[in-house]
Amino acid sequence: MDHSATSTFLNGSSYFIELTYLIASILFILGLKAMSHPDTARKGMFLAEAGMLMAVIGTLMNKEIVSYEWIIGGLVLGSIVGALMAIWVPMTAMPERTALSHAFGAAAAALVGIAEYSIQSSMGLIAELPRFKVGALGFEIMLGALTTTGSLIAAGKLKGIVKGTPIQFKGQNAVNMLVFLGMVSCFIYILLNPAAQPVFYTMVGLAVLFGVMLVIPIGSADMPVVMSLLNSYAGLAAAATGFVLGNNVLIIAGTLDGFSGLILSILMCKAMNRSITNVLFGGFGAVVAEAQAGAGGTMREISPEDAAVQLAYAKKVVFVPGYGLATAQAQHAVRELANKLEERGVEVKYGIHPVAGRMPGHMNVLLAEANVPYEELYEMDQINPEMSTTDVCVVIGANDVVNPDARDNPKSAIAGMPIIEVDRAHSVIVLKRGQGRGFSGLENPLFFKNVTTMLYGDAKASLTNLAQAVQNI
Amino acid sequence: MHPALMTAFVFMLVEEPAAPVTVSPAVLIASLYVFALAAFLGYQLISRVPPLLHTPLMSATNAISGISLIGSLVIAGAHKTHLATILGFIAVFTSTVNVVGGFGITDRMLKMFTKREAKKPAEAK
Repeated sequence: MDHSATSTFLNGSSYFIELTYLIASILFILGLKAMSHPDTARKGMFLAEAGMLMAVIGTLMNKEIVSYEWIIGGLVLGSIVGALMAIWVPMTAMPERTALSHAFGAAAAALVGIAEYSIQSSMGLIAELPRFKVGALGFEIMLGALTTTGSLIAAGKLKGIVKGTPIQFKGQNAVNMLVFLGMVSCFIYILLNPAAQPVFYTMVGLAVLFGVMLVIPIGSADMPVVMSLLNSYAGLAAAATGFVLGNNVLIIAGTLDGFSGLILSILMCKAMNRSITNVLFGGFGAVVAEAQAGAGGTMREISPEDAAVQLAYAKKVVFVPGYGLATAQAQHAVRELANKLEERGVEVKYGIHPVAGRMPGHMNVLLAEANVPYEELYEMDQINPEMSTTDVCVVIGANDVVNPDARDNPKSAIAGMPIIEVDRAHSVIVLKRGQGRGFSGLENPLFFKNVTTMLYGDAKASLTNLAQAVQNI
Repeated sequence: MHPALMTAFVFMLVEEPAAPVTVSPAVLIASLYVFALAAFLGYQLISRVPPLLHTPLMSATNAISGISLIGSLVIAGAHKTHLATILGFIAVFTSTVNVVGGFGITDRMLKMFTKREAKKPAEAK
């Protein structure tokens, strides 16, 4: 007899339920495949939604379910909260929303794991669980728990509730290592003695703590990598749930999510020329420019009127947005200025660095929200060759991603990081709040170059002034 | 968590034949096959997604992995223990938020990615 009584799941499941899962898996894959182009992506998501619906309906027919009140309660409450989020969350808050959803997804995995463990314990079956399942359960709970707290901290940092700068103390890495080793030791102990409940709950606690410890030392500017990694962990936790429950659709969906996050984190790391280890344990952003002389000189300020003249008589203008665009909520103001320029026959493009903003693709979404057609959004590698033929480059609240030191100064903290080479344009206008340094605390020689002029002030107000001034020409 | 560590664990788990009552090795092997193939497929699929759509991608995969909802549903409805039912209920809630909110927001974002032709009527308002 297949002892699937050890799983609360496969027991008594009919072929119909399995069929809905199979179809759901296929629809998920088709949905993600459609993501390869903005024209097909939406239709693909409808397929994925249909798959989800089928899987849920199939599951509700599971014979193990004896009553529906808790299920309906959870579904209704969750749908209301989810729908409200879907309608009301502004695009500028997308990073926080995404971090929060990683926390929710991971929490679900961890809770299912803990519930499964408590059921097995109370039925006295825990000691008989095959070691493989105990292992999967452990992975599910550890990944789930640490991702939950880690994502909550990340969301807090993005929202500004938790300090955005790295929180560090002496011997931090050693403490983290101890917590990690403690967690792993508990896990190994559980593998050998699954019935040891105190050890099990200690492991859960340490995982919760480790999630916090992992994210607090990381600066806001590194959030794109952290978000991607947490994305990956949340997915892998779901996949581990699939192993515990012996459910393939969970394994497939979780693995797709896990690998998506992994690929994104690799891309983000490449775009910063750093390793994942360096991001996690380097505490970047705390290292305030070590004896970095040289980048001196004067910054030339420009008036909105002069800047408007430059823009209005240019042939080609490239906007390079950074996180400052999001904080100032200036996406619509950019679009307005671009419209005015396009009416005058100026060619307008947008150059977007992979790590501009706080999560992968952050800038694209903001600009799309302001009705910028996606053909005008260019990736770093596409826009760089065009820089030398660009008349005016407008940098909006971006700093490190346009810092020529990354290219020219091998001693710079960001040496080797690929940048958008705005300094190769004929002239550069930098929109900046004040004379301070960026998040990384690095001096940016771009601001002192001959081609560069500075336009201080809130990005949104500056852009609106520029649009007005262009109008008046 | 370090990948090498993870791999080490997986081997540790696989090599030791499990306790007396067990999932048949065939089931375990099949699960690992599914995992490996899904990983490979995921790599292929995700590498084709342009950076333009990375934010919607993240929220879409998040919604899809909200499929852990189906595990939560069974736990919440099976009434094995009180603790499990409560935990299951919370899990149903959080994963439903992810599914509904995730798909909703993904769609809202994808709707915004328009072509140049579609631009004019949008401006008219």
